[in-house]
Amino acid sequence: METLVGIVAAATALIGAIAAVTHRNAVVGVLFLVLNLVSLAVFYVLLSAPFIAALQVILYAGAIMVLFLFIIMLLDLRREEERESGLLQKVLSVIGGGVFFLLLWGAATGGAAPAAAELPEHFGSVESIAVALFTTYLIPFETISVLLLVAMVGAVLLTRKGGR
Amino acid sequence: MSLVWMLTLSTALFTVGVLGVLLRRNAIVILMAVEIMLNAANLALIAFSRHLGSADGQILAFFVMTVAAAEAAVGLAIVLAIFRLRKSVNVDSLNRMKW
Amino acid sequence: MTFAAVLETLIKIGVVFFVALTAVAYLTLAERKISGWIQDRIGPNRVGPWGLLQPLADGIKFMMKEEVVPSYAHRPIYMAAPALLLISALSALAIIPFGDRLSLGGYEVRLAIADVNIGILFFLAMSSVGVYGIVLAGWSSNNKYAMLGGLRASAQMISYELGLGLSLIGVLMVSGSLRLSQIVEQQGSFSSWNVWSQPLGFLIFMVSAFAETNRLPFDLAEAETELVAGYHTEYSAIKFSMFYMAEYVNMITASALMATLFFGGWQLPFPAEAAGVEGNHLALLQILCFLIKTGFFLFVFIWVRWTLPRFRYDQLMHLGWKVLLPLALLNLIWVGIGVAWGWF
Repeated sequence: METLVGIVAAATALIGAIAAVTHRNAVVGVLFLVLNLVSLAVFYVLLSAPFIAALQVILYAGAIMVLFLFIIMLLDLRREEERESGLLQKVLSVIGGGVFFLLLWGAATGGAAPAAAELPEHFGSVESIAVALFTTYLIPFETISVLLLVAMVGAVLLTRKGGR
Repeated sequence: MSLVWMLTLSTALFTVGVLGVLLRRNAIVILMAVEIMLNAANLALIAFSRHLGSADGQILAFFVMTVAAAEAAVGLAIVLAIFRLRKSVNVDSLNRMKW
Repeated sequence: MTFAAVLETLIKIGVVFFVALTAVAYLTLAERKISGWIQDRIGPNRVGPWGLLQPLADGIKFMMKEEVVPSYAHRPIYMAAPALLLISALSALAIIPFGDRLSLGGYEVRLAIADVNIGILFFLAMSSVGVYGIVLAGWSSNNKYAMLGGLRASAQMISYELGLGLSLIGVLMVSGSLRLSQIVEQQGSFSSWNVWSQPLGFLIFMVSAFAETNRLPFDLAEAETELVAGYHTEYSAIKFSMFYMAEYVNMITASALMATLFFGGWQLPFPAEAAGVEGNHLALLQILCFLIKTGFFLFVFIWVRWTLPRFRYDQLMHLGWKVLLPLALLNLIWVGIGVAWGWF
């Protein structure tokens, strides 16, 4: 059962990602990316990370991708003709991508993996993550809130009309 | 679902993201490809977290998501500003800074 | 999962689905009847006694009408948008506990479809997926009114999700869990209902829920005097009815959540011993109690719709960002102090 769900989720994640970067219509591209993100959320549930899965849907699918969609609709990019990349660039990119994949895959799977550890009780539950976040990772957590503040100020400044 | 399969999927997704950045000229699609790469990294983190039985990977994934949100907000704001200036989001048209 | 567990879940899904859709049908009638009452008219009374068969007639009409697809619409997305909206609306119902437990011949049934660890986050996730249905409906219709409605809806729903989420955190701080059944159990006695300790949080949740469901006074996305019908301008027949159903299902979910989070869910307002019943009878009484609470908030939804005028768009954004968000933070500080001093 879980293997079947995993295979389907893997297939949709991959199809979604490929279609997201290749589709000519940016709105459809965003939808495929959402498909990819939701399939990854399914994976996270299978990997006993339900909290991250929920965040994935709320944050990624619900906020970030809606922002993308909003910008695309605001700019009305349907009319814009996209100039093609040159043939040479395409060929080189695909070759480079293939080599990159093989290198990365070799590096990721080549070494001897440590044996799978026993999962502690309540692994991946909201409580366990919250405790770690507010004890061990307190300083990164506070730093990230400063980062978000900076990003917010930056976004407001950049999109303000009429300078000054 | 073994670790190797998870890492293979993660690598494949990452490569798709890299190819998207290399092949597409639409700035918004390039930002989307960057999101795919971040997600691929997240998948690897969570797969490792499950494999090693430690929640650290999940917390790192949480931080990656927050950074992705910040990146998308600023990135899209820049795209919007460029569009106001150029009436285009094609990255090839952004060649004023080189000579 | 054992076979019995799968069967149990399937039966629960079937029952909730049936009850929700029937409730939707009769909510449309209730809406028209109550609006008639508020405006001093009679409301529908031709089909069946007191107009009781009106939803049936409406349903048949929706199915029989001609489907029109605009010729320049983006067809696949145009078709998928209402389904996406309805599916996400119905999925959110899955986490709501509508009773404690029922024992059927020794087999104990927990009265919630999925009592998951992330509980309330699932509702937030589904409501953020629901935004897509509206935005895409607006975009794919290739109509300026629909497009404006879709853009307005997406900005509005993202803005009010913040107030909604922040007002929820107060409840979570008191119960120490995202699991809805635990939130209900924590409100065991009448005096421990969350609404007494955090009335501000409840108010913010209610206002945000009105905005999330796109109901008046926040129906900017379909403001008929400015935008014809907003994002569903181009929809007809069964697809139009799906938008309608999604709106009412969202209302049911929001009302049920208000009852669950702030008004003790299925808990009786008096000690269970005082009811003088036990076992399954008590469970049925609790379900009835939950339904009455939910029904009351549904009535409030309709009541508000026919009483308050629509906001202007800048007023809507002002309310969401500059009023509700600071108030939600104030509520959080209040609950934090209360929890730290052990008041509740």
